[in-house]
Amino acid sequence: MSPDFLSDLPKLFTFYNILLWGEAALTTLLLSAVGCIIGMIVGFVLAIARQSRRRALIPARILSGLFVEIVRRVPFLITLMLFFFGAQVLGFDLAPLTIALIATSVISTAFVSEIIRGGLETLKPAQLEAAAVMNFTPLQTLRLVSIPQALPIVIPPIFGYFVLFIKDTALASQVGVLELTQAGKIMTTKGHSAFLVYAVVLALYFIVSYPLARLGGYLENRLVLSRHS
Amino acid sequence: MSFLDIHDLGARYGSLRVLDGIDLSVEQGEVVSLIGPSGSGKSTLLKVITGLMKPDRGRVTLAGAAVDYSNRKSLKAARDRLAIVFQQYNLFGNMTVLRNVTVAPTTIKKRNRRQVEEKARELLDRVGLGDKLHVYPDQLSGGQQQRVAIARALCLEPEILLLDEVTSALDPERVSEVLDTIRLLAKDNIAMLIVSHEMSFVRDVSHRIAFMADGRVQEIGSPEQIFDNPQTDRTRDFVGRISRVGH
Repeated sequence: MSPDFLSDLPKLFTFYNILLWGEAALTTLLLSAVGCIIGMIVGFVLAIARQSRRRALIPARILSGLFVEIVRRVPFLITLMLFFFGAQVLGFDLAPLTIALIATSVISTAFVSEIIRGGLETLKPAQLEAAAVMNFTPLQTLRLVSIPQALPIVIPPIFGYFVLFIKDTALASQVGVLELTQAGKIMTTKGHSAFLVYAVVLALYFIVSYPLARLGGYLENRLVLSRHS
Repeated sequence: MSFLDIHDLGARYGSLRVLDGIDLSVEQGEVVSLIGPSGSGKSTLLKVITGLMKPDRGRVTLAGAAVDYSNRKSLKAARDRLAIVFQQYNLFGNMTVLRNVTVAPTTIKKRNRRQVEEKARELLDRVGLGDKLHVYPDQLSGGQQQRVAIARALCLEPEILLLDEVTSALDPERVSEVLDTIRLLAKDNIAMLIVSHEMSFVRDVSHRIAFMADGRVQEIGSPEQIFDNPQTDRTRDFVGRISRVGH
C-alpha cells in the first residue's frame, strides 16, 4: 500500500519550491552562524569582563552580569518580540531578518558568555598567582594560561548549546522571517501534505546542524588529543 | 644593606593580623629558613614579599630598592629579581614540562629562546627530569612536579629564591628527592628564603634560621643556636616539641 501523501513529493520540489527551500535553509544557516560567531566573540569578552577584579572594570562587570542574567531568564520569543516591537516604537526601519539576527546574537551571547565564565572559573587561582609572580600581564595570563585551559572544558557545552540554538532560530518565523519553519508553514498553506513538508523541514534542520555538531566533536578531540599525544 | 631587607612588615586578613612587625634580612648567597607553628605567618610573609598580598605597614627593600606594592612598575621590578616555588607546585596544566620552564623567560622576559631552552634542559637534567621534557604536569608525580617547579623558578635566573613548604604536599618517599635538589642549589650561592617543616633539612641547609610565632620573628640565629641553644622560651618550647615528635 502506497500512502497518498507520497504522490505529493515531486510537487514539493518544483523549481520555485526548491528556491524557497534553499532561501529558507540559507536564512536558518545565516541566523545560526551569525548567532554562534557573535555569541562566541562577544560572549567571550563579557565573560572576561565578569571575571575581572580591576576597579576600573567594575561598571563593565556589573553591566555584563546584568545582561547575561536577564537575557538568560527571558524566553527567546519574548526577546525577539521586544526587539521587533522595540525597533518599531523607536522608529528604526529594520527588516525582520535584521531584527532576528540581532535578537539571536544577543541571546547566544548571553548563553555562551555564561558557559565561558564557568570554564574560566575552573582554573585554579594558584596558577594565576604563579603567573602574576612571574610578571605575566593580565592579557598574557589570559592568552597563555586561562584560555588554553578553559577551551577543552567549554567547547563541548558551547557546541551543545549551538545545536539547541539552531532549533531556536525557528522562532524567527514569528516575525515573518523566511527560515525553515516559516518555509514549512508556507508549503502547508499551499496545500502540500503537512507531514511531508515537516519531514523535509526536519531533514533540512539536520543538514544544517549536523556539520556543527561534528565540528564540535572534532575540536573537542583535537584539544584533548593535542595535550596527550 | 642586605640583599633582602624587611623592616616592621605588617599584614592582615580582614581584621585578623597575620604579620605584626617582621624584621628580617637575607644576604646575597645566604640561605635563611623560617620555622614556626602553623598560622605563625611564614607563608604569608612570602606572599607579601612577592606582592600576592599587600602589606599594611613596614618596608621591603630588594637589592637596595624599596618595593612599593601599590606601584605596578616597582612590583614588576621586584618580581624580576625573585622566584617562588609554591607548596602546590602551581605548574601550568596546559603546557609541557619544557614549556612550563621556558614560558616566562622567553615570553615575559624576552630572552633568547634557544639559550633559554638549553638552560631549561640543563636544569631539568639536573633535577632528574631530563627525560620528561614533553610530558604534561598531570602525568608526573607530586615530587616530579615540584622538581619541575624548582627548575622553572631557577630558569628565571632569580637573585633570590623563595620556597614555600615545598615538601608538605608530597608523599614521604618523594620528600627526599626534592630536598636533595634544594641542597644542591644551596651550594650554588643563590640567596634563599625557605619556609619548611623539615627540621633536619632546615638545620642542614640554612645559614640562619628565624623562628616565627604570632606574626613576628621571635628569634633568629644560626641553626646551632636555634636548635641547641634557643634564647627565648617560645623557641625552646617549639624546638622541644618538634624534637619529641621525631623531626
